[in-house]
Amino acid sequence: MDEQELTCQELVELVTEYLEGTLSPEDRVRFEAHLATCPGCRIYLEQMRQTIELLGRITEEMIPERAKEELLRAFRTWNLR
Amino acid sequence: MAGSTPLDPSSLAAPEDDRRLVEALRAGDERAFTELLERYHSTLVRLAMIYVADRAVAEEVVQETWLGVLQGIDRFEGRASLKTWIVRILLNRARTRRHREARSIPFSAFWNPEGDPGEPAVEPERFLPADHLKWPHHWNEFPDSWSGLEERLVAQETYAYIRQVIEALPPHQREVITLRDIEGWTAGEVCAALGISEGNQRVLLHRARSRVRRALEQYLSEQ
Repeated sequence: MDEQELTCQELVELVTEYLEGTLSPEDRVRFEAHLATCPGCRIYLEQMRQTIELLGRITEEMIPERAKEELLRAFRTWNLR
Repeated sequence: MAGSTPLDPSSLAAPEDDRRLVEALRAGDERAFTELLERYHSTLVRLAMIYVADRAVAEEVVQETWLGVLQGIDRFEGRASLKTWIVRILLNRARTRRHREARSIPFSAFWNPEGDPGEPAVEPERFLPADHLKWPHHWNEFPDSWSGLEERLVAQETYAYIRQVIEALPPHQREVITLRDIEGWTAGEVCAALGISEGNQRVLLHRARSRVRRALEQYLSEQ
């Protein structure tokens, strides 16, 4: 990337690298400089964070008892090896 | 969520915990097996369903995977972490199963996301044109903030909707977003389990997250 200021359209493609911490130090500075002056991109970044948080809250399912019992039976059979 | 996730292989596994479980399993300790079932069964079902849409078939694939784990545990060398190893067994089986049943959902297992320009994170119409005098490629109109919508965000219908959006993603994107964001794995763990590069992983994650955000934005703007 060159030394020019980032555009919003460029920034939205760099959001994942920003959040992953894989941007180069210079690009990170440019990213944050843009954020500081652009309310739209701040909202966008916030939405991305909210999306990730929501994904992490999709309910954790437990193994059904029936499947567990079946597998433990299989385990006991295997254990006779 | 933020912060770098180095690919140092020694950070991938929890070697001591793995060693304890593997030894207990080899010794026939049922509690060790129960622990693994409780930890990973639901993850495996979720992953299997990427390839076999039918829940009963997915459960079957997961059952076979667990039997594969038991049959293979004596040969497990600990070069990958235990969970990486288990997920690889699952993915092999699920992909084979899908192949055998010749389901015709179009996707290529050889698709290379890094060579593919792909779809943009945000529709190009949302930005001002390149010839705009003052603000080319800047927001046409700012996105609407979701603050104040927290209640709707965490509603059951929203979760159900996100699940549908994820189900519609291409399989590789779905694998990555499932493991990273739903299951909370690190980038390094996902790369190891899926056998993809760090760059690929990031591209797939970016596409998947961007699509989910976009779908959510649309969903929240309705009503």
